Amino acid sequence: MTAASTKTLLDPLFESNPIALQVLGICSALAVTTKLETALVMCVAVISVLALSNVSISLLRNFIPGNVRIIVQLTIIASLVIMTDQVLKAYIYEISKQLSVFVGLIITNCIIMGRAEAYAMQNGPLDSLLDGIGNGLGYSAILMATAFLRELLAQGTVFGAVVLPKVHDGGWYNPNGLLGISAGAFFIIGLFIWALRSWKTDQVEPEG
Amino acid sequence: MEQYLNLAIKAIFVENLALAFFLGMCSFLACSKRVNTALGLGAAVIFVQTVTVPINNLIYNRLLSDGAMAWISPALAEYDLSFLGFLCYIGTIAAMVQIVEMTLDRYVPALYAALGVFLPLIAVNCAILGGSLLMVERTYTFGESVVFGFGSGIGWALAIIALASIRERLQYSNIPLGLRGLGMTFVLSGLMAIGFMAFGGIQL
Repeated sequence: MTAASTKTLLDPLFESNPIALQVLGICSALAVTTKLETALVMCVAVISVLALSNVSISLLRNFIPGNVRIIVQLTIIASLVIMTDQVLKAYIYEISKQLSVFVGLIITNCIIMGRAEAYAMQNGPLDSLLDGIGNGLGYSAILMATAFLRELLAQGTVFGAVVLPKVHDGGWYNPNGLLGISAGAFFIIGLFIWALRSWKTDQVEPEG
Repeated sequence: MEQYLNLAIKAIFVENLALAFFLGMCSFLACSKRVNTALGLGAAVIFVQTVTVPINNLIYNRLLSDGAMAWISPALAEYDLSFLGFLCYIGTIAAMVQIVEMTLDRYVPALYAALGVFLPLIAVNCAILGGSLLMVERTYTFGESVVFGFGSGIGWALAIIALASIRERLQYSNIPLGLRGLGMTFVLSGLMAIGFMAFGGIQL
């Protein structure tokens, strides 16, 4: 792999993270992170839709007329999401029930439209594939970290296995209910962004 | 009547699309720097949401769900097209946004100018698609879907206008460098979500 393609793949992890810097795809990031299991399924779904949509849009980029491109992109993305949804319903029905509307919402996940518009429309299929996987990984990194903290601190478990035994089960850990509710997700992502920007200071927003 | 009022209160406050379901977050965070833009976007969302949720309700109940096409001809009763749902809803939304845009441009140019670029952007706002998907998942009737569409639009608008007002005030505060902007907005939304939790359990 050349240096340029490694950069395409790995930059979205910290340098231009879709959630922390580009403000894309936050909607679903917060709602599915109460448990690691659902977050993991969501990450896999987003990475596959993102990679496939980037590749197919990149292959078609010279045939898509400029003024109807949004509709074409939406149709491609919606078809891929329908496929993903059917696969999830067929193989892991329980989890797909928990994800409820959020699998469908991958269609309007701005990461996918954003990358299609900003990258796949200008670049070849292989680079677009790497860009799709890279941005999917950047999204997953934040999602999994949030889900890890929320599940560990709100329920004392990791992937459903007890790590911190709770007080009312005879253990010592007093669970923090705040992280289980929606507000907890906002706080954790806010703090993540703070930490990332303290490390990479060039990402700090200008005054005003 | 009471049931509709109850549903509206639930959609506006208890199950606020932005703060409880995290829907429409991208524009919620990106367009909340000024109260004026937040007002415009909020109005556009209320408008489009009130139109699209009932229409998608009709599409689902009359065309897509299991056996729904029996009203056209009994031979069609065995089809279940619900897997086409996503594609149809997003198509309806995109088309409705376009129609709303053209109608406003023709008959209410003042409102059209005020909404500006936000109207087309709404087609990819997850609050709109999310509203339709939630409506399908909870099997609302047509009447309920009108109330739910309107109520959830109002709730979303309320949240973004409140957030924008808070952010305008924050301009004079001294926020740590890394937290400035996006980070602070997240923390604020978290605090607002806690505030909205106070409405939890309200029933008429």
